[in-house]
Amino acid sequence: MPEQSYDLIVIGAGPGGYVAAIRASQLGLKVAVVEKRASLGGVCLNEGCIPSKALLESSEHYSRVNHELVEHGIDISGASLNLAQMMTRKQQIIDNLTGGISGLFKKNGIDAFTGQAKLSGSQTGRQTIRIVDDTESRELSAKTLLLATGSEAIELPHLPFDGETVINARDALSLNKVPERLLVVGGGVIGLELGSVWSRLGAQVTVVEMLPQILPQSDPQLAQMLQRSLKKQGLQILTKTRLDKFDLTDAGLVATLTTAKGEQQLSCDKILVATGRRAQSAGLGLEAVGLQVNKAGQLEVDENYQTKVPGIYAIGDLAPGPMLAHKASEEGVVFAERLCGQKSTLNYGAIPAVTYTWPEVASVGRSEAGLKREQIDYKAGKFFFAASGRALCNGTSDGFVKVLAAAETGRILGIHIVGPHASELIAEATTLISFGGSVQDVAAICHAHPTLAEALKEAALAVNKEAIHS
Amino acid sequence: MDIIIPQVGESIVEAEIGEWFKKDGEQVTKDDLLLEIETEKVNVELNADASGKLTILAAAGETVKIGAIIGQIDETAAVTTAPTTEQPATAEVATTTEPAAEPPAANPAVAKLAAERNIDLRTVKGSGRNGRILVDDLPAATTAETEPPIKKAAAPPTPAPVAAPQKKPLDDPRSERVPMTQIRKKIAERLLMARQQTAMLTTFNEIDMNRVIALRSSHKEVFEKKHGVPLGFMSFFVKACAEALKEFTAVNARIDGNDIVYQHFYDIGIAVGSKRGLVVPIIRDADRLHFDQIETIIRDYALRAGNGKLTLDELTGGTFTISNGGIYGSVLSTPLLNPPQSAILGMHAIQDRAVVRDGEVVVRPIMNIALSYDHRIIDGKEAVNFLMRVKNYIEDPEEMLLEM
Repeated sequence: MPEQSYDLIVIGAGPGGYVAAIRASQLGLKVAVVEKRASLGGVCLNEGCIPSKALLESSEHYSRVNHELVEHGIDISGASLNLAQMMTRKQQIIDNLTGGISGLFKKNGIDAFTGQAKLSGSQTGRQTIRIVDDTESRELSAKTLLLATGSEAIELPHLPFDGETVINARDALSLNKVPERLLVVGGGVIGLELGSVWSRLGAQVTVVEMLPQILPQSDPQLAQMLQRSLKKQGLQILTKTRLDKFDLTDAGLVATLTTAKGEQQLSCDKILVATGRRAQSAGLGLEAVGLQVNKAGQLEVDENYQTKVPGIYAIGDLAPGPMLAHKASEEGVVFAERLCGQKSTLNYGAIPAVTYTWPEVASVGRSEAGLKREQIDYKAGKFFFAASGRALCNGTSDGFVKVLAAAETGRILGIHIVGPHASELIAEATTLISFGGSVQDVAAICHAHPTLAEALKEAALAVNKEAIHS
Repeated sequence: MDIIIPQVGESIVEAEIGEWFKKDGEQVTKDDLLLEIETEKVNVELNADASGKLTILAAAGETVKIGAIIGQIDETAAVTTAPTTEQPATAEVATTTEPAAEPPAANPAVAKLAAERNIDLRTVKGSGRNGRILVDDLPAATTAETEPPIKKAAAPPTPAPVAAPQKKPLDDPRSERVPMTQIRKKIAERLLMARQQTAMLTTFNEIDMNRVIALRSSHKEVFEKKHGVPLGFMSFFVKACAEALKEFTAVNARIDGNDIVYQHFYDIGIAVGSKRGLVVPIIRDADRLHFDQIETIIRDYALRAGNGKLTLDELTGGTFTISNGGIYGSVLSTPLLNPPQSAILGMHAIQDRAVVRDGEVVVRPIMNIALSYDHRIIDGKEAVNFLMRVKNYIEDPEEMLLEM
């Protein structure tokens, strides 16, 4: 059996794995990547970040044509939905990007293998894996093994996925018909984004969330603001609500919900379960090398991302931390650089998190609740987009920017944005926090006018009650 | 608390551990003398900043970077808040921006570069707002040693890289190989630089020491009785040079980039041999000092140079240098410039020689003198005239004393 030998084998070609592979190759390592999917890019490109953004953009256009252009003085009648074309466009973007990764692999001399990788242990300091394929079984070995296998949607025992009535996020990105009534279980990022997509395309969407607020990880003020906006857009949001069971009746699906006020019946056509994701490592054969996942299904790692087994590393969703594509990518870079002797680190305190709803929600740094809990003396400054010239021109003035800064020094501890293009605005916030910036620094930085970014500056000024426009 | 090699001078990047005065594991009390470190220019004594149990991390003879941690004092009495080991992640949006008990504020790439160059950020002075450390503030990586493999590495590193043993060339067994000391390294570096970065020429002359010897022997005892220090020839030369420098300003100038900096002060360095090599302590404002003051300073410098106790301040600056090879018996040599200075005077041994005076052959005590100068800013004529002026002052000391 032909054995191929590498410096590094990366298992999983998602945003963690493929980035790690490219960086390691740039640093001179001979790298192979094993991916079980036919196309590269992982969940992010194939059934996550990218397709959802494509559909969010398309559905936003559709919704705008139908609801907002009138206000701008544009009357369009007879706008209709071509869902198939929308899906085709989405697929083209996916193909374009996943193909791009293949190109990058070629350019960097990285060998890509398709198939399920299975660890078979180490011999003379080299880790060996077997690729279980339909046609042949191949064996590869390397000094270093990087596990970047990502995560998958959690399946609830009483709501098993069937791809038809009970669906997961992947299914929800490829529906060929707009469901009349969509019930979304889980008011987190994925549930709200996909709920928004189908709501804009005409579905009657109800989101149920067990906890008292949607986006439970987010600042409550942001979540409230978003909830109000979503409600205006027609989504029904039920917090402190649980879906206990569902029945298939003649009238369609009937879900039984337990709310704060008691039991409630809700008819729907499809149930999207988006209650969270879980690290996936099944089929890898971790036990063969003596590795065990923790309760979250993840592998504990040290500062080099090495697991308890020397020579085997893990990053991304498989390692502890927030399950975010960019966190995985950064870990991939830091992993590769440290492997090659550099002293890179990742500042986990400056990883932005974004929800691409309308308005968008984006945060970086410390949460206000966390600062309160740790009794850190801070001051908050807020600026509403309703007072931003650019936001008014755009007709998108929902939301605000909140800046949290150390009371004494003015050092910025956290920035939380709900509003138009929050996903882009958070970049400046992340830069500021990465550089340890203070509200005084922001005050000294010129922001172009009229832009949405001015809102961030005004919010920073508001920390010391020095905002000009509020 | 950590014992850290302090910043002792702008150009100094490393130091050698001289001697530990305390043993590993010993209890030390605050302000105890812990160790001596040798740097390129001076030796520095480090005292304990706290009381506790000493742990030595760098042994005597080791060369360490400025900012390196060379030991620790465990203050067991006080409960220290140990920084929690940084977890790669936390459940919530993580917590590394905590302002408390952290190293000074630094730009994002600083931590990585500092780690790669073995710099303790607490010792770096930040130039940003409120002392923020910018990438520019970090001492540069010294050659080759920590170059991260940005380029394609020929040999891919293993997860646990083992440093390849340094290959030493095979020496003849009758020879002995010792590492250069800090001070020798610095001397080597500076001398080579002087050779390579200046346009050095040397001009010579000879001095009839007759009158100055007579002057000295007739006032020797009174001088010593009055000032408590013997009258040597050095003070005459220092005075003569200071006076001549006033007249030939280029000799006291230095080049800075595209400018010439004329220095209207006369800080004259005296090259002194010490057991570690040559050092050049500076006599400040030599033109304003009396003979006895100059002699006192020189004697003090010579004494302290011998035991390595000169301070950095005493060794930096200087606008001109006098080197006396005569004390070792040299009759003729070309002194080497001490950049950024532009000239140096070499004194030599006094020899009785047959010379012609008024058509007669007579025996006179003669000293050869040499002036090495940077031809980039000092013209030959100026250099020769400067040396002539020094010669005249020494041959006719009354002129100098009477300021004629």
